Amino acid sequence: MPLSTQSQGDAEQYVLVASLDNARNLSNILKAITFKDHAIFSATPNGLKVTVEDSKCLQANAFIQSEIFQEYTIKEDSVGFQVNLTVLLDCLNIFGGSTAPGVSTALRMCYKGYGYPLTLFLEEGGVVTVCKINTEEPEEPVDFEFCSTNVTNKVILQSESLKEAFSELDMTSEVLQITMSPSQPYFRLSTFGNSGNAHYDYPKDSDMMELFKCTKTQTNRYKMSLLKPSTKALALSCKVSVRTDSRGFLSLQYLVRNDDGQICFVEYYCCPDEEVAED
Amino acid sequence: MDCVVTGGNVKVLAKAIHSLSRIGDELYVEPQEDGLALRSVNSSRSAYACFLFAPLFFSRYTIPIGLAFRCKMAIKSVQAVFRSIATLEKTVEKCHIELDEQKNLLTFTLHCKHGLVKTHNLSFQDSESLQAVFDKDSYSNVFRSHPRLLVDTVVHFPPSLEEVTVSVSDDRMWVKNHVEDETDRSKAMLTELCLASDEFDHFSVQVQNSVTFCLKELRGLLVFAESTGLPISMYFDEPGSPVVLSVTDSVLEGNFVLATLSDDSNLRKNNTKRACTPPPPPDDFMNDDMDSYLIAMDTSVMPGPSASRPPSPPLTNSTSLKQTAAAKHRTRLPSEEEEEEEEEAVNSSGPPNKKFCSLFFGSVLPPSSQMTTQPLTGQEVLASDSEDDVQ
Repeated sequence: MPLSTQSQGDAEQYVLVASLDNARNLSNILKAITFKDHAIFSATPNGLKVTVEDSKCLQANAFIQSEIFQEYTIKEDSVGFQVNLTVLLDCLNIFGGSTAPGVSTALRMCYKGYGYPLTLFLEEGGVVTVCKINTEEPEEPVDFEFCSTNVTNKVILQSESLKEAFSELDMTSEVLQITMSPSQPYFRLSTFGNSGNAHYDYPKDSDMMELFKCTKTQTNRYKMSLLKPSTKALALSCKVSVRTDSRGFLSLQYLVRNDDGQICFVEYYCCPDEEVAED
Repeated sequence: MDCVVTGGNVKVLAKAIHSLSRIGDELYVEPQEDGLALRSVNSSRSAYACFLFAPLFFSRYTIPIGLAFRCKMAIKSVQAVFRSIATLEKTVEKCHIELDEQKNLLTFTLHCKHGLVKTHNLSFQDSESLQAVFDKDSYSNVFRSHPRLLVDTVVHFPPSLEEVTVSVSDDRMWVKNHVEDETDRSKAMLTELCLASDEFDHFSVQVQNSVTFCLKELRGLLVFAESTGLPISMYFDEPGSPVVLSVTDSVLEGNFVLATLSDDSNLRKNNTKRACTPPPPPDDFMNDDMDSYLIAMDTSVMPGPSASRPPSPPLTNSTSLKQTAAAKHRTRLPSEEEEEEEEEAVNSSGPPNKKFCSLFFGSVLPPSSQMTTQPLTGQEVLASDSEDDVQ
């Protein structure tokens, strides 16, 4: 790797250095959370967490563990910065983002610290491009206080079965209503559109259902426009965990397998739209 | 209404709905005793399509007795039920269509693999009866072929092309793109394909002429015919009277009725230009009574299809004969054809030559209020009768 040899010298000055043999392993997972321009990066020795938010009602997090990177050095306990995600993605695909086998862009991502730009060294076929993206003051991500002890209902589904439902969702419906219940209909997605309503029911004993743990019947509505971006994550994922807590907040966790078979996670939190009388 | 469709028939139903969506924005649903009729008509009323699924098509088919129900709904919303048509065959095991009269909802329930159940409750509107009046057996030119032949023909025309002209001689059919007027002809690219009669399963030409009609609807039917592998029959007469395209098998029948461009000097010129095509047909084939082909629409909600039989207008003698023949046609009796020709001659000698240059029926349709008072009403009912006769 030409990148790793050349960079030995200046590694000292960076607080964060992360290298990937295949930049697609990063760009793909970032695409799953691209619905707003601003992304908050927070790096810890465990890995990189990228957060995107919308209207304080929706939050998406992508976790890329340090093991995914070929090189991952961090000099502080935590490093935070904010960049324009669209620009970052454009840079990561600067060589065209070819999906042909055997062709990959190598990436070395460096950050010197507060006030410095995020520097990307990208190499493909012996050509090196250096991109510097100005960093912004990192905002504090909204804490959704979604904690696993408050989870009332949880199902884990193979993504395949939800992909179908999400691709068919009636987009004229303003909300997606999710019903989870220990009794019928178990797990139901409903839309209320111009031409009528539609319900998708998943029985708890379906072979698509990997886990079914519902303690109480809960019906909550979520804005379709907020949930729409999560389909990008769904498309990439192989499993999805759907959880709701006692307040009706929704957590969607996606297990994403990258090109090299490694596992990353993407997580969406969404506020409920309104209270719905439980029946 | 309570019907269940299973297995591969779900896809057939879905494909039919998709091809109807090429015609109009609304789907007319009418559960009849002889099957479930799904119909659509375009906004200018120049194209009409109807699929009739026989009770045997369903694994369960029950309709309320003595209570005529018909409705229309946005075809898009029905399409949405069968959205992922490619995976439909693999995923959907059973489709249940049920009418909830209390809530005025038509419910489509899809029972899919892995226990997933998709329920679509669609709202509908009451509708008038939608019936096109046409009689396939009265047509002088009849062709039948595997859909592949037409698919391979149509593929040569760009998607932007609106109309094609089909011309026939005793042993050949020409399909070419239609160009609006003379000035355009010099610039336009002309594509013409020639099909020999032996490429067809059935090729019978009584009158050598040519008709021009919209390609979009034909493409819609082709998609259906190709996926089901059913042969397509094509019926047409002189320019200006509609072309009928149909697919039939033991449990379903689909008919697409498309307006053709009326014969004008332009077309006649084209006809004479071609050496192998004879000059325009004699006059009595051109003074056809447009009304008998009009897509008759009754705007008032009709009682049961056969509840009232209006007094016979002068035309009905010949038409009623035609209707019974049309009914027989459903059972596919080829011997009826000659008989039909005679009637056609009787019929066409009546009204004077109509001079009109409109493209489609829609523009020559009388206002709906008038229509009900004209012989059309009689024909409309007659058309329904023909379906009763099948019983």
